[in-house]
Amino acid sequence: MNIIVPVKLVPDLVEELSIDASGTNLDTAWLRLIINEFDDHAIEQSILLKERTGAHVTVLSTNVEGVDDLLFTAAAKGADRLIKFNGDFDSGVNNHALARAMANILKDLNPDLILTGVQANNDLDGSIGPLLAEYLGMPYVGYVSGVNVLGNIVSVRKEYPGGLIGEMEVTLPAVLGIQAAEQPPRYVAISKVRQMMKTINIDEQDLTGLDTLGGPIVKRLFQPEASGRAMMLSENAEEAARQMVAIFKELGTL
Amino acid sequence: MNPDIFVTIEHLRGKVSDISYVMLAAARELAKSTGGKVLAILLGHDAQNLAGNLYADQVLYADHATLADFNPEAYQKILVGIINEYKPRAVFFGHTTIGMDAVGGISAQLGLPLVSSVRSIGADSKLISQICGGKIMAECELPESTALITMVPGDYKPELGQSIQSPPVSSIPVQALDGLRITLKQYIEPETGDVDISKEPLLIAVGRGIQNQDNISLAEELAQEIGGVVCASRPVVDQGWLPSSRLVGKSGSTVKPKVYLAIGISGAPEHVEAITGSDVIIAINTDPAAPIFNIAKYGTTADLFDLVPALTDQIRNNKG
Repeated sequence: MNIIVPVKLVPDLVEELSIDASGTNLDTAWLRLIINEFDDHAIEQSILLKERTGAHVTVLSTNVEGVDDLLFTAAAKGADRLIKFNGDFDSGVNNHALARAMANILKDLNPDLILTGVQANNDLDGSIGPLLAEYLGMPYVGYVSGVNVLGNIVSVRKEYPGGLIGEMEVTLPAVLGIQAAEQPPRYVAISKVRQMMKTINIDEQDLTGLDTLGGPIVKRLFQPEASGRAMMLSENAEEAARQMVAIFKELGTL
Repeated sequence: MNPDIFVTIEHLRGKVSDISYVMLAAARELAKSTGGKVLAILLGHDAQNLAGNLYADQVLYADHATLADFNPEAYQKILVGIINEYKPRAVFFGHTTIGMDAVGGISAQLGLPLVSSVRSIGADSKLISQICGGKIMAECELPESTALITMVPGDYKPELGQSIQSPPVSSIPVQALDGLRITLKQYIEPETGDVDISKEPLLIAVGRGIQNQDNISLAEELAQEIGGVVCASRPVVDQGWLPSSRLVGKSGSTVKPKVYLAIGISGAPEHVEAITGSDVIIAINTDPAAPIFNIAKYGTTADLFDLVPALTDQIRNNKG
């Protein structure tokens, strides 16, 4: 079984985000990128399937700052092949363009299963999974939190609100949007990642034909104006605790 | 071009989801500037009764046994046919486990632009999307051809999309739905935990900021002193630190306690939509820009690892 896992780097939301002078993009000068957390779960799910079925796992991503670390980390977890795509990603490539361009390359890799994060925090034209699926002529199910291979179909657990699960069967080849792997993404020691840097090669491929079709044209970005704002208590822990006790008393919970 | 706005109605096991009403309200707003009507598209089986309280000028109803439950492939087939035939100005989908599974394929198949995570309709039919975990808003023009839109809750109350007057319903023909590559085998009911957090009046919620499993005990000690129950946001449950019966959020429980104490929770939209029914939200987060402070009544940027034990101590002493 041949599993392909397209992943991407996204803004780290723990950091302060600022908007650049054009007003339509995030200021990349101070932007810290991390792996999209759902993609991290997609990698984990692919490795779990490899352990269960002996699948071959290829992890691929666009060539932006930090991609080598991301890919070597995936290799340390168990990925067999790494690919990075070269292209002009600075001008704000949308998921439609990325999916169209990637589909051409993915076809030749003959995937049985494509696992990708169900969404990313900077998606503005939908998530990439269903777009890839359509361009490749494959079925797509998203919000998946468990995958079992049963011959030429997979049985997946699809999440619905309130903790309800829909068990669905999907004919391969297929694309799945992963919400969560069956277990938390594993940690790997830095030493193991370093070892990968010496032993595994990252293949490079050019991604051509990127355009802006299919996505919205952003007029401006802005920070949300809060309709309300919390009344801020002390930054001092002891004092804040005293204030909270008073609030709990007032609310009748103490 | 047809100025009408279409809304794909989402329903699960015989109940219309709130996001459907939110979309109808937003569609009404958008229809004001396009000068069109609001049409609801209902796909189901023996589900005509679900149209009853939709605030729409007309309901297009497609009935087929395969549509009894959501199937991304069947939805795509039917909706592609409808969009091709009517060519509406815009079509709304929920930014949900249903809408997001259907809309991408439709967009790619028909070559129609897609704007996701839309939270409100601005002046001149601008679409305002919420991205980066609620930290950034993006304003986009309504695309020229039929625009596909996915909607997140927050700016329109579901009641605005409900009507006491039943809208006219027209049945539309359904094409063959043979040879689908996706089938629903069964539903698996949610795990029932020891407590039902949706009914608890005092919730101590922990998020990513709690850092590791051992630290959950800080919240548990506080909960024990104050008489509350510990629950969590998604990252904590995905790590296996608390069971899924304690999950608050889009794919977990919606809660409405008297007090919701959010510890180390940033306030991502998927979490926020499930806690807005709380009477009072109190948030502890070292990031002053965390979106949770926009919906909390009280907040502090004190370090949770200092504050939570201090709070537990003070409550204990207060009782003693």
